[in-house]
Amino acid sequence: MATDTTTVAPPGRTVRAGRRPALRRDGRYAGVFLAPSLGGLALFTLFPTAMALAISLFDWPVFGERKFLGIENYSHLLHDPVFRRVVLNTALFVVLYVPLNVVVSLGLAVWLGPKIKGRQAFRVLFFIPVMTPMVANVMVWRLLFQPGGLLDAGLQSWFGVDAPNFLGSSDWAMPAIVAMSIWQGFGYNFLVFSAALDQVPQSQLESAQIDGAGVFQRFRYVTWPMITPSIFFATTMTLITSFQVFAQPFILTQGGPGVSTQTLVMFVYNQGWQFLSMGLASAAGWILFVIIMGITAIQFIGQKRWVTYDV
Amino acid sequence: MTSDTNSAGRKVRSGFSHFFLVIVAIFFMGPLVYALSTSLKPADEVFTPTPHLFGSEIRWQNYADAFTFAPFDRYFLNSLFVAVAGTAVVVVASSMSAYAFARLRFRGREQLFVLFLGTLMVPQEVLIVPMYWLMQSLGWVDSYWALILPWAFTAFGTFLLRQFFLTVPAELEEAARVDGCGPFGSFLRIMLPLARPAIAVLTVFTFISFWGSFLWPLIIINSVEDKGTVPLGLAQFIGQQGTQWNLMMAASVMAMLPTVLLVILLQKHLVRGLLVTGLGGR
Repeated sequence: MATDTTTVAPPGRTVRAGRRPALRRDGRYAGVFLAPSLGGLALFTLFPTAMALAISLFDWPVFGERKFLGIENYSHLLHDPVFRRVVLNTALFVVLYVPLNVVVSLGLAVWLGPKIKGRQAFRVLFFIPVMTPMVANVMVWRLLFQPGGLLDAGLQSWFGVDAPNFLGSSDWAMPAIVAMSIWQGFGYNFLVFSAALDQVPQSQLESAQIDGAGVFQRFRYVTWPMITPSIFFATTMTLITSFQVFAQPFILTQGGPGVSTQTLVMFVYNQGWQFLSMGLASAAGWILFVIIMGITAIQFIGQKRWVTYDV
Repeated sequence: MTSDTNSAGRKVRSGFSHFFLVIVAIFFMGPLVYALSTSLKPADEVFTPTPHLFGSEIRWQNYADAFTFAPFDRYFLNSLFVAVAGTAVVVVASSMSAYAFARLRFRGREQLFVLFLGTLMVPQEVLIVPMYWLMQSLGWVDSYWALILPWAFTAFGTFLLRQFFLTVPAELEEAARVDGCGPFGSFLRIMLPLARPAIAVLTVFTFISFWGSFLWPLIIINSVEDKGTVPLGLAQFIGQQGTQWNLMMAASVMAMLPTVLLVILLQKHLVRGLLVTGLGGR
C-alpha cells in the first residue's frame, strides 16, 4: 500500500526543527480524533477476534458450565462427517460461483464497452440486486424455483418440459443457489470492470488498430494489462465473500436436501444457535477465517506473476 | 474498403451488441418483474399453469394487507432507526479517524493504520460467537444497542475517507491554519465540506448494509414482533403453512424500494466514488 511515510519521519532535522511543537500538538489532537474508531474497533473487533480463539478451546454452552478442552473442538470438527461435507459444499459453491461471476461481469463489461449508448442505465440496472436486501432477493428466487413457480410453469407451458424440483433435489439445489447468487452479485464486479475499462485510453486502442491489431489482440495487449489490477481486486473480494455465503442456502433450501447445500456459515449458525454449542461454532468460524487468510495470501503471492501495476 | 461501408458495418455491429445487451437486461429483470407482478395478484392466482404478467385484477390492496398480515410497519420503523443511527455513528467515527490518518502527524501512525486495515480481514462470521457473548455480558441481547453498535466501527469508512482526504491539497489547510484555525476548525470547515462526495458514498453504502443485514439480527433479536428488522420480518414467512406469496412479494418489493431509489439517485456518485476511492483501479 502506498502510504506517504514522508510526513512521519521528515528528513533534515535542522530545517524541520521549527515544526516540532506542531507535531506534539498534533499528537494530542490525534488521540481525540482516533478515540471513537479505536475504542470501537478494539471492543468490537480486536477483542472478539481473540475471544473467538479462546472460546473455540472450550466446551462453551450458551448457558451453564464451561470446560477447557484444548484443541478437542477442532479435532472433533475435522472428524465430523457433517462438517467435512459442509466444507466440500462451500468449496463447490466457491468453485462454481467465482469464475462464473468474473466471466459474466467481465464479459458484459467488455461487450458493453465505453461507446455504447445507455451504458449508465445498464450499470445502474445490474447494480440494483447488489444493493437490495439479500433476504428480499432470495425470497423472490424461492418463489421462482418453487414447484408451480415461474420456472416450473414456464418450462411446462412454453416448452412442454417437466421442470425438476430445483430446491428439493440434491442435483439441482446447489446450481440453483449459484444461479441466484450470480444474478444478485455480478453487478458489483460489472461496475468495477466497466469503470476500469473507461480508464483505458481510446487513443492507444486506436493506434493499435491502425497498426493492424485485431479485436482480440487489442484486448490482450492493450486492455488486459491495464485492467489486471481490477480483475485481481474483484477476484479476491469475490472469493472472500463467496466463502461467507449464508442467506441464499438458509432461505432457499435450509441447507437441504439433507445437508447437501449446508455451508460453513450455516454450520456456525446451527452449532451456535440451534445446538447452543459456542465452542464448536467458534472453532468452525476460526477454520473459515484461516481458509480466507490462506486464500488471500495465495492470491497476493500469485498476483506478482500476472498483475501489471506499472502501466 | 471505403470509410462509408466501414462505418455502416460498425453501425450493424453496434446494433447487434445493443440488441444482445437488451436481451440480457430483459432476462436479468425477469425476477424483479415477477416479484412485482406477483405482488399485485389475488392470492389464488399466484400459481397458474401458464405464467401471466397480470392477474384478473391489479390488487394494490396487497401492499396494505402485508402490513396487517405481519407487523411490517414496526419492521420498517426498526430498520430505518437502526440504519440511520448506525450510519451516523459510522460517518462520524470514520471521518474523524480518517482525518487523523491523512493529516495529523503522530508517532506510530503507519503501524496503527496497518492495524486498522488488518481488521478488515476478519470476517463477521468469526466475530458473531464472541460478539453474542459480549452482548450477553453487557445485557444487550435483544436490544437496539446490539443492532447498531457492534458493526458501526469498521475500518472501511476510515480507509475510504482517508484516501479522499489525501487528495485535498495541503495548501488549503495550511492557509486556514495560518488564519488561526486549529485541527478541529479545519476538519469541520474545510475537509468535511470538500469530502461531501466521498461521505455520500460512505453514507449510502453503510445505510444499505445496515438495511439488508440479516445474520446478526437473526442471532441477537428474540422478540421479532417488537425489535425485528425488515429482513427478519421477511424470513418469518418461510416454513409457514400456505405462505401468502402475493403479500410476501409486496413486502419484498417494499424492502427493495428505498435501496433502489438510493442507487438511482446517487448513480453518478457511486461510479465516481468507486473511482475516487481506488476501488475501480488500484
